[in-house]
Order: sequence, then structure tokens, then C-alpha cells
Amino acid sequence: MQLTRTQTARAHSRRSLTDVQIQVLFIAPTIILLVLWNIFPLFYSLYLSFTEFSVIKPDVPPAWIGLQNYNKLLNDPRIWQYFTLTGRYVVITVALQAIVGFGLALFLRERFKGSGLITTLILIPIMMSPVVIGLFWKLIYNPAFGIFNYLIGYSVPNSGPDWLGEASRALWAIIIVDVWMWSPFVMLLCLSGLKAIPDYLYEAAAIDRASPWFQFWRITLPQVAPLLLIAILFRTIEAFKTFDLVMGLTGGGPGDATELIAVYLYRAAFTRFTTGESSALAYIILVIVIAVSNLYVRSLNRIRGENH
Amino acid sequence: MAVSTTSAPITYATRVDKVGVRYQIARALRIAVVVLYAVISLIPVFWMVTAAFKSRPDVVAIPPKVFFEPTIEGFISLLTKRVLLPPGMMEEYKQRTDLNFAERIMAERGQRITGPSQYGQRLLNSVIVASASTVLSVLLGVLAAYAFSRFNVPGKGDLLFFILSTRMLPPVVVTIPIFLMYQQLRLYDTHLGLILLYTVFNLSFAVWLLKGFIDEIPREYEEAALVDGYSRLQAFRKVVLPQAITGIAATFVFCLIFAWNEYAFALMLTSERARTAPPSIPTVLGTGGIEWSAIAAGTLGFLIPVIIVTFALRDYLLRGVTFGALRK
Repeated sequence: MQLTRTQTARAHSRRSLTDVQIQVLFIAPTIILLVLWNIFPLFYSLYLSFTEFSVIKPDVPPAWIGLQNYNKLLNDPRIWQYFTLTGRYVVITVALQAIVGFGLALFLRERFKGSGLITTLILIPIMMSPVVIGLFWKLIYNPAFGIFNYLIGYSVPNSGPDWLGEASRALWAIIIVDVWMWSPFVMLLCLSGLKAIPDYLYEAAAIDRASPWFQFWRITLPQVAPLLLIAILFRTIEAFKTFDLVMGLTGGGPGDATELIAVYLYRAAFTRFTTGESSALAYIILVIVIAVSNLYVRSLNRIRGENH
Repeated sequence: MAVSTTSAPITYATRVDKVGVRYQIARALRIAVVVLYAVISLIPVFWMVTAAFKSRPDVVAIPPKVFFEPTIEGFISLLTKRVLLPPGMMEEYKQRTDLNFAERIMAERGQRITGPSQYGQRLLNSVIVASASTVLSVLLGVLAAYAFSRFNVPGKGDLLFFILSTRMLPPVVVTIPIFLMYQQLRLYDTHLGLILLYTVFNLSFAVWLLKGFIDEIPREYEEAALVDGYSRLQAFRKVVLPQAITGIAATFVFCLIFAWNEYAFALMLTSERARTAPPSIPTVLGTGGIEWSAIAAGTLGFLIPVIIVTFALRDYLLRGVTFGALRK
């Protein structure tokens, strides 16, 4: 009996994979795909960023000009202005999404009759295509026949503000749409984090007569923090690259009031076709995004470390 | 696997601090707030859905029309190609008896249907590309996430950050080299090209999200299975996968939504054969002005499949994670 069991175990281990094989087998396809589809374009763009090149002139090969593209970009005051604008946009929109999303998750964590339905309904905006959303909100914001002004109290056409036409409001108009669209995303991730918090923590706190405030700061927030940070991280990266929503809504206008850096980049790459210079700008953006993400990942690891 | 058979969980109702009047009021307030939020956030969606069935003047009417005479001219505009009838020919055309239902409706608007539009084909392309790439990225994602979660992979932190960083480059610029690469590989304007691109694009998100979920599954479950004579693969399949189903469903939905709605890549890397629906909807520009009801109809037809999938997976998405029992 003893013998057969060892034999089975041995046969078993011969047939099954070792842990190292499993690691390679499980991770390799992902890494290979990412290398092929990201590393090659990344290096090619890096090369192009040091050249004078335009995709609409494929006969003219890229001409090496060293750091000139970077020099030009970093000395352009408009670029700094668009970066500042993008920074403002990212901070405001992600903060609002985090607050609204986390708040909704807190309110929805305890089930009530129909809570599943309500949650699904709230999720509908993130299922929609940003381009089409941009088009539609343009109609919704229209001062003559849009329903936005009508619903906030300007029932006479053209009496309310022109949300997309006034420089001071256009950025807020985009933020409203972005928050409307993406708060449910933060909510969903927070909700799964909240549901994973074991009840006994609250039960212990209740026995100790801890205040709800204390429970929130010492149990809820630290326990949800990892998922909340992942949600914020992804939203920050996406907000930095916000492009199709702005194109649908304002196209960067009025003037350059909503010219986010990704919109400016798109224009440089696909209307002016300054491929070399746009690659350089893309690299500057990439460095900033990586720096910001690094900060997030570090605080994420710190929080994880504290929890365990 | 005795962990799953613990005694019945203590419900909130039995807790002393959850029965008072103050708690009940707070609960009612909470429900009111989320219901109010849901209603407000659905106004644009509701308005869009109704716009799909509105006639042209009704779409831009102020005050907004909640009750209106529904028409399907938006859908007909979406699915057909039309030409404007010259005024002289209009009466004659309307008199013809061989007109079908759709042609009659459009004749009222002074337009003649010349043939079907490409919207149906593009919707089919969307279905193929989105479903294939979603399945692929969730499959690859769950494998990689498991390996990263459970083993001390050499250079783990760097690899994970590399995976995340692939999501950071603005797509506008990745597109130029990928465009050149696709032309060389004959992947331009093919389903396979888009499927692979979307898979790669979703992978970073899938790995990170799934790793978060798998990290939360106690290792004790697998270790128990290994002691019981399961191999690693069996333990992965029979213990980890069922436990991670919530995370897998959530990841599936997010990847699907991204692939389904993606616009920029599809616009730049396809032309006729493989073009998906999103780049087609904004181009439904009518003869004179934007045809809002056609765009609304296109969006609605496009939104329904995603809503169905989300509703089908709703329980997984919302059930919450069941593994609190053994959490450290």
C-alpha cells in the first residue's frame, strides 16, 4: 500500500510540470506579446524622436537631428501651458472620480432590495464609446436646444451659459462628462474591495464600541486602499491621455482652452504630420506618466506591506 | 477543503449596532442617495435611447419631449444609403406603388434609399474582434497573474512594472510604428491584427487586476489541495480558478468594454474589411446636419450587446468575494 502510493506520486510528478516550468509557461506568452507590440514600437518611436521625419513623405528617410526636437519642445512656452492644463484636468477629474466612486461604493456595500440592479444601472456610462459620448454631450450642452441647461434651470433656449463655447467653462464641461463616465469604474473596484473586508473586523470594533468614524479610518479605508489606488492609478494614466472625449466635445477649443497635451500631440502627429517632433513629445509625456505611476506603485506597495 | 463549511455567517441584522432607529434612517438615506445618483446619471442615456426613436425636429425640441411619436427613421438612416430627391421628382416618387415600408418613411423626408449601409458588417466585425481579444487577454492574464501572485518570479517587480508601463504610451504615437509593422506583416485591415492589438492593450490591465484578486485568495486552499495529491496545474484549475471567478468576470467585462468601444486604433489600422462599428457611427452624417437619431440608433444597437453581457455576469460582478473566511 505504502509502495503504490509512492509510485503514484512519482508518476504524478513526472507527468505534471514543475513550478519553474509553470512560471515560464504562464508568463512567457504575455511578455512575448507585450514585447512584440510595445517594445518594437517604443524603440522605433524613440529613434524617430531624434529625427526629422514625416509619415506623409515616406520617400524622405528620417534625418538624424539629435536633441533638436526635445530642445524645441522644452523651450516652447505653449507646451508648458498645455502640460499645466493637463495636470489641472487630471488632478480635478481623478479626485472627483475617486470621491464619487468611493462614496457610491460605501453606500452600496450593504445589500438592499434592488441594489444589484441599481449598481448595474450606475455602470452603464462606462459601457459606452467615448467618441459617441463626446458627440452626444455636445448636443446635450448645446445652448439652443441642449437638455443640460434646461435641466439646471434655464428653460428658455439660449438663456443659459454656452458650456463648450466659453473658455472658462469648457474644461469643466469635459470634467463633468469624464466624472459622469468613469466614477462607476472606481465604484466597482472599491465595491469588490469593500466586500472582501471580513465582517469580524467590524464585529470586533462594534464590541469595542468604536465610533463609525474610527471604523472608517482604521478598518474600511486601509482595507480598500489597495484597490482604490489601482483604480486611481488606471484613471490617472487614462486621464493623462484623454483624447477622444475632448475631440468629440470641443476639439481643444475654444481657442486652446481645452488643448490637453494628448490633443496637441494628435494634432502634431496627424494634422501637421511632424512625426519626429511628435515622437519626442510622446516620450516626454511617457516619462511624466511613468514618474507619476511609480509614486502610486510605491505607495501601493507600502500600503500592502502595512496590511500584511 | 473544510474551510467552506464554517457555521452560518453572522448577518448584519443580528448585530446590536445595526437595529437602532438611527441606523435605519441612515440606511434609508443611503439608498435614497444612490437611487438619486442612478436616476441623474441615466438621464443622458435615457435621452439618447429616446432620441433613437425620435423624428428629426423632435430630437432638438425645447422643452425636451418625453412623450413623442416614435419613428424608426433613425434606424433606417443608419442601415441604408440614401440620396436626396430633387424637389421636382419627389411627388412622382411618392406616387409609386412599389415602395416598401422603409422607402415610404424616407420618401416623406425627401430621400430615396439606394442600398444598405455597411453598419451590419461593421457590427459583426466588432463582435468578432471584441470577443476573440477579450477571451485571449483574460486567458493570458489569469495565467500570468497566477504565476506572479504565487511564485517568486525573478525580477517580479520590474516585470510587473513593465507590463503596466505598456499602457502608458499615448496610443497616437504607438500607432505610427504599428501601422508600418502591420503593413510589412500583412496584418493591416485584418481581424487578426486588431484582435492581437486589443489583446495586448488589455493584457496589462488584466494582469494587474487579476493579480489583485488572486492575491486575496488564501494560499492555504491550494496548499491543502497539494497535500491531497493534486498537481500544481490541477490545484490551479480546480481550486484557484473557481475562487477567482469574480475577478475573472470583472476583468472580462472591462476588457470587453474596451475592445468593443475602441476607436483610435480601429480608425487608423483598418479600412474596409475589418473596420469595426465605433469609427462608423460618427460618420453617419446626414445630408445637411448631423443625423442625431441615426447616431443614437447606432449607439443603442451598439450598446445592447455589452449591456446583455454585463447583466449576465452581474451576479459574479456583485456577489463580492467569498474568501474572507481565511484572510490573514
